[in-house]
This record gives sequence, structure tokens and C-alpha cells, in this order.
Amino acid sequence: MRALWQLTWTEAKLYLREPSTAFMTLIFPVFLVLIFGSVYGNDPADVDFEYGDYGFLDTFAPGLIAFVIATSSFLTLSTSLATYREQGTLRRFFVTPLRPPVIFVAEFAVYVGVTATGASLLVVIGAVGFGLAAPAAPVSLAVAFLVSTLSIMSLGVLLGSVAPTARAAEAAGMAIFFPLIFLSGAMVPRELMPDWMEQATHVLPLTHVVTLLQDLWIGDGWNLISLGVLAGFTVVAVAISVRVFRWE
Amino acid sequence: MSDADSTGGVIEVGRLRKVYGETVAVDDVSFDVRQGEIFGIVGPNGAGKTTAIECVMGLRRPDSGSVSVLGMDPWFDANQVKRRIGVQLQQAALPNRIKVGEALDLFASFYDDPADTSALLQQWGLEGRKDAAFANLSGGQKQRLFIALALVNHPELVFFDELTTGLDPQARRATWELVRDIRASGTTVVLVTHFMEEAEHLCDRVAIIDHGRIVALDSPAGLVEAMESEKRIRFTLPEPADLGWLANVEGVHRVAHENGSIAVHGSGPLLVRVATALGEHGLEPVDLSMERTTLEDVFLATTGRELRA
Ligand SMILES: Nc1ncnc2c1ncn2[C@@H]1O[C@H](COP(=O)(O)OP(=O)(O)O)[C@@H](O)[C@H]1O
Ligand SMILES: [Mg+2]
Repeated sequence: MRALWQLTWTEAKLYLREPSTAFMTLIFPVFLVLIFGSVYGNDPADVDFEYGDYGFLDTFAPGLIAFVIATSSFLTLSTSLATYREQGTLRRFFVTPLRPPVIFVAEFAVYVGVTATGASLLVVIGAVGFGLAAPAAPVSLAVAFLVSTLSIMSLGVLLGSVAPTARAAEAAGMAIFFPLIFLSGAMVPRELMPDWMEQATHVLPLTHVVTLLQDLWIGDGWNLISLGVLAGFTVVAVAISVRVFRWE
Repeated sequence: MSDADSTGGVIEVGRLRKVYGETVAVDDVSFDVRQGEIFGIVGPNGAGKTTAIECVMGLRRPDSGSVSVLGMDPWFDANQVKRRIGVQLQQAALPNRIKVGEALDLFASFYDDPADTSALLQQWGLEGRKDAAFANLSGGQKQRLFIALALVNHPELVFFDELTTGLDPQARRATWELVRDIRASGTTVVLVTHFMEEAEHLCDRVAIIDHGRIVALDSPAGLVEAMESEKRIRFTLPEPADLGWLANVEGVHRVAHENGSIAVHGSGPLLVRVATALGEHGLEPVDLSMERTTLEDVFLATTGRELRA
């Protein structure tokens, strides 16, 4: 227990000392809210597609939260895991009584915490600055956020487990991250996509994060298909990670 | 070693073998490490030293053979063994931005009854670097931190793998003193090194490994003694000359040319014979001296090649 606490606390401090990674998750999404809020505002009359009484920012915020989840999963968590392996930190841990689950729980705790902070920041700035609507189902939304984060992070762990080097993890993370955020509806509303493209984006896990969060935000309730897909991705990613994970 | 009980095997390795794909890294290696000694494992890079001790500490699973550490199997009783050993690995860095004090506190939290970390910092001369990031430490400071981390659980047995590689000669000698201090406190030490000099200065007993096999195992003095029948003299000539005849001088076993100087290995009154023969050939060596036999020579004799290529 003491090991879990000490490792979590140390990892959290190390995370905050790495400015480039903290920027993408904590600061950049706030910039996006400021820019998009200023350019498009949040007036329901300005939205091209039908979302009832919701404005642009209301429909955009869940996408930005998905963006935050994707940054911590594919730009930092996977690279950090691969770096620890490459530099031998994991090997050093392995010759102590520290058990692997403790390492994973600590890592998840830190990255979930950071992701939640990044998401809260952008929501608060959006609400205060641009009248972002409060989510229709806040508790369900929080649960969905947690499920989504664990699901996408398990894919980040999988990437960190299979990548041969930290550089490979970083490059692959970028190659996954950028198409993902633009195709999943996190940055570009899928309503604006041609039909075939919109259909194709259903294979992307992040699409289901956006859908799940968006539906709960605007009061459409749980999208069970998206929830099921995310659960499926989690189970598969964890099962493969456990098999392929190496200390070195 | 006064007490009869204290000669028990802290480590017992029997016919250990480990293969990586096509490479046989460790082949039929057997040795015992006794309570309270500094046991050296020496050999050139790639000899299989790291693989052998990583099997002993439970980091790798051997393909065959038996390993017992503190009376337990390091693979099946991994948790018990890991609680009681301390380790400095050859390849293991900490995160760049972790601070010295944080690293010690973190590792201390992994054990039930850890040492006082501020006392450890003091003892290893790191109290002034407590808030320094790992990446900003000098090579010697990093090694001292790794030693402190290896001792954080009051281990009965510590492993040091290439502890002084990359250190300058002064820091290396300072580190030897630290290792002696650890042994003096009753901890058994397994020291892996590719520096024969280090093993000769520090170890009570040394196993020489080459190509995954133990080629000699004894105290440094015992190994050298077994060699002393062979002597070595060394000289330099002011200008190059054909020395083909030297090998035929009585008592000469072998002639080696090393960076401009000539080493003659042989037995009997070697110095007189070689000096006389040089004079007869009209050659005046610049310096001509008899050299002490070292572990390096033992290595050369047992493996037939230079340690440092
Ligand atoms: N993880 C590994 N995978 C494949 N080959 C390895 C691995 N580790 C070491 N080897 C090979 O095994 C042999 C012994 O290596 P090692 O035990 O590191 O020797 P030493 O510590 O004496 O330098 C070398 O040929 C090395 O290339
Ligand atoms: Mg080695």
C-alpha cells in the first residue's frame, strides 16, 4: 500500500516536470476552447446541424475531452512505459518486491488524474468564458469519462508494451493520435463528413468515446453500442498487453 | 571467517545453462558463494557474466541447472529472495527527472523494514545532492546512488554488475573502499567486473568466465600463484629489429609485441638469458624489467587471449 502511494505520488511529480507532455493534456485544450469559443461562440442558431438547444461549444466539448484522453494515452502513457522499459527502470523494479499490478495501478491513477484535470479545466473555462451548457447527466458523464479513459489508456498501454523502443512508441503514438482525433469527431464534427467516411469512423475507438460523452452531455442517455465497443477494446487490449508485456 | 556456520553457501549454482536463440550465453556454470565474502565474476565483455548473475537474482529463468539463493529458489520463491537481496544492474537508469531523495524514498517504500534514507544519503555522500535530478548527477554520484538503492532493504547479499565501469581511476578506487565497507558490515557481495585489477584488489575469490564457462576459480593469490612458474619480462627497443630468434632462447615460452614494447613469457633465469641474448645480437633495450604476475596474466593463460581487445 505504501509502495502504491509512493509510486503514484512520485509518478505524478515526474509527469508535471515534463513540460511538453503536460502542455498537450492540460494547456492546449484550454487554448482550443478559447479559440473556438471566440470564433464560433455557443449560440444554438449558429449550428449547421440539428442539436436542439445546444450551441457549437456544447457539441464540441465532449470531442475536446476525447482529445485530452487521446493525448495522455497515445502521446505520453505509451512513450513513458516504453522509456521505462528501454532504460531498464522496469528491470530495476523487477528485482524488488514491487508487484507489476502496483505499477499499473499507479500509472493509471496518475494518468486518469491528469486527464480528469485537463478535461475539467476546459469545461470550466468553456462554462465561464462562453456559456458552455452544463451536462444533462453529470454523474453518468463522469462514469462514461472514466470508462472511456480506461479503455483508450489500455490501448496506450498495449502500444507501450509492443513498441520495441521509446522512439518507436513515440512515432507510432503520433501516427495513431493525429488521424484518430480528426476522424473520430473529436476535432471535426462527424456530421460534416461525407456519408462513407462517417460510416467508416465507427471502427475507431475514439469515435465511441465522442459519441458516448456527447449523448450524455445533451441528454440522449447511454449509447450502449459505444459502451460495448469501448468495453470490447479494453478487454482485448488488456488481454494482449498481459501476454506481450516484457520487462526489457 | 571465524565462525564455522559462516562458511555456508549463500549462493549455490549447479550446471547453470542459459541460451538466447543461437547464442549459448552461460554453459555448465557451477559455483558457491560463501557467507561474508566478496565473490568476483570476471571475464571479457560478452562472456556471460551478467546473464549468469541475472539468473541467480531471479531476473531470468535458466534453461537448465540449479540455483539456490539464501536457501531458496530465486525463480519460484522470487518474492522472498527479492526482499533479502540488493541489486545494482549493469543496464538500469532511473527517470531523468527523479530526484535523489525521491528515488531512495520510492525504493524504501517497496520493503517492509527499510533503512533510514537520510542516513543512507549521508553515508554515501549524497546528502548535498538530495534534490538533484538523476540526469544531473556525475557518473560517480549515480553509482553511489545505485549502491544506496541496493542497500535500502538491509540486504544479506548484494550484487554489483560493472559497478565501476565508466568511472575515472580515482572514483573507481573510492568505490572499492565503499564495497569493502559493505562487506565489513557483514553483507555478502557478488561483484561482476571486466577489470581484472578490480577483482584482484577486492575479491576473496574469483571465478573467471569466458565464452559462458568458468575457466578458473580460486582466490586471486591462489590463481596468481598457480601461474608463478611462468615469469614475464618486458623491454622496448630504440628502433625496430627482427626478433624472430627470441622465441628460440632457452626458457622462453612466448613472445608478444604490445604497443611498441616486447613481452617475453618463460621460465627459469629468464631475465639473464634474455639480456644476454639481446647483447649477443647487438641490441640495447631501453628498459628491461621483470613484471609481476597479475590476474590479467592468469586470464591470458587460461583463455589464450587478451582480456581487453
Ligand atoms: N537479452 C539478450 N538477448 C540475446 N542475447 C543476449 C541477451 N543478453 C545477452 N546476450 C548475449 O549473451 C552473451 C552474454 O552476454 P552477457 O551475459 O551480457 O555478458 P557479459 O555480462 O559477460 O558481458 C553475449 O553474446 C550477448 O550478446
Ligand atoms: Mg555484463
